[in-house]
Amino acid sequence: MSTALFEEQLPGGSAWSGIVRRHTTLRITDLAGGANVALLAYNAAQPLERLNLPDTLKAQYTAKLTRGHVLMSDMGRVLLSIIGDTCGWHDPLGGHSNAHLVETKYGVKSYQQARNERYRNTHDNFLVELGKHGLGKRDLAANLNLFSRVNVDEQGRMHFTAENLTAGAYIDLRAEMDVLMVLDAGPHPLDPSPVYAPQPVALSLLDTPPPEPDDDCRNFRPENGRAFTLTERLYAGVK
Amino acid sequence: MLIYTESSLDPALAIHDSTLSAGDGWMHEIRAGQTFRILDLEGNQAVDTLFYNAHDFADRYSAQDTIRAQGSLYLTTGTQLISSEANTLATIVADTCGRHDTLGGACAAESNQVRYALEKRPMHSCRDTFLLMIGRWGRGLTKRDITHNINFFMNVPVTSEGALSFEDGVSAGGRYVEMRAEMDLVCLISNCPQLNNPCNAYNPTPVRLLIWD
Repeated sequence: MSTALFEEQLPGGSAWSGIVRRHTTLRITDLAGGANVALLAYNAAQPLERLNLPDTLKAQYTAKLTRGHVLMSDMGRVLLSIIGDTCGWHDPLGGHSNAHLVETKYGVKSYQQARNERYRNTHDNFLVELGKHGLGKRDLAANLNLFSRVNVDEQGRMHFTAENLTAGAYIDLRAEMDVLMVLDAGPHPLDPSPVYAPQPVALSLLDTPPPEPDDDCRNFRPENGRAFTLTERLYAGVK
Repeated sequence: MLIYTESSLDPALAIHDSTLSAGDGWMHEIRAGQTFRILDLEGNQAVDTLFYNAHDFADRYSAQDTIRAQGSLYLTTGTQLISSEANTLATIVADTCGRHDTLGGACAAESNQVRYALEKRPMHSCRDTFLLMIGRWGRGLTKRDITHNINFFMNVPVTSEGALSFEDGVSAGGRYVEMRAEMDLVCLISNCPQLNNPCNAYNPTPVRLLIWD
């Protein structure tokens, strides 16, 4: 891949939002091992169109996401394609933390006590970042958790699996339309550790070519191909 | 193993008792303390259901918060339906089906195009029913409020390797699920019209809806 269009570090517990342009790729790297990144995604031109994990999972018959999968919107289009992944399993089930969960699990460390070492929660961080784009509570949808793995047993019980966590692991997300991405590097809500220790990630935006007809994500399943067709129709006639 | 819990409530004493045809929608207020039953009349019907706090629509059913709170993917007796603001909307108090899905979401014209064929867009879908119901209702809900729903009577198991499948239903004619409202709620239902999926034997069927004080 080409040199980065920009690079930025996201400290553990903090959030980021921005528009990732069509056919650029955001690489997110777990710098120290043990990071979790909660992700929401919207069509930047019309944020009523947004990541829909149920549609994403049922179209690809999966309850985990990795290379070859795409993240679909509620309008049958592809927001992001996972074109690279050293991790193998990203969690679409666990959701995100809120103030009550963080206080119950870790206790309280307020701004007044700890300044920017305070404990943060993903729900509040999402509201801050969404608010910057005119969005709010009613725009929250189910989020993906990058770098985290939740296994489901036969009874349906959910188990957080710590073995997933590797320093240097990265995922490459290619935007298939202009995508408003909202990220939060807070702890996974099912992480059993009693210590609040969210880990940093690096963001790196790369210029990548548009998907070819033989693109792995396009051809992963016939469903993906149809979602790409619907996405390309969104740009029909655009010079 | 599925566990069945029956209810002793008498349908003759219900304050609401209606039949919802396949492909139709229902939007109704359910007050705190009332009990609400959905009865699968003919079997393996998917009942796509959303709940909102009647006094704050931004506080609404959250599938991820619900499954994480109970540490388990499937909904049944004892499940608390949790909102996006971490409140308890309702508690499932009886269930003769034993397992309900909240991972599969609703069908939509556009997701039908993706899942089945581009030509499927004109077919009736749950999301269209949701949009029609909130449009007619006219009290401020919009597409942004159509979030990830419960599929009562649907069976969508996940394997330990993270595969997702759509299995034959575990429901049958006469099975029901019952919940107690823990706050004043607005309930939005689409009785699923899906004709492309074998899980309802390609034959959507009516359900019966009852409310007790």
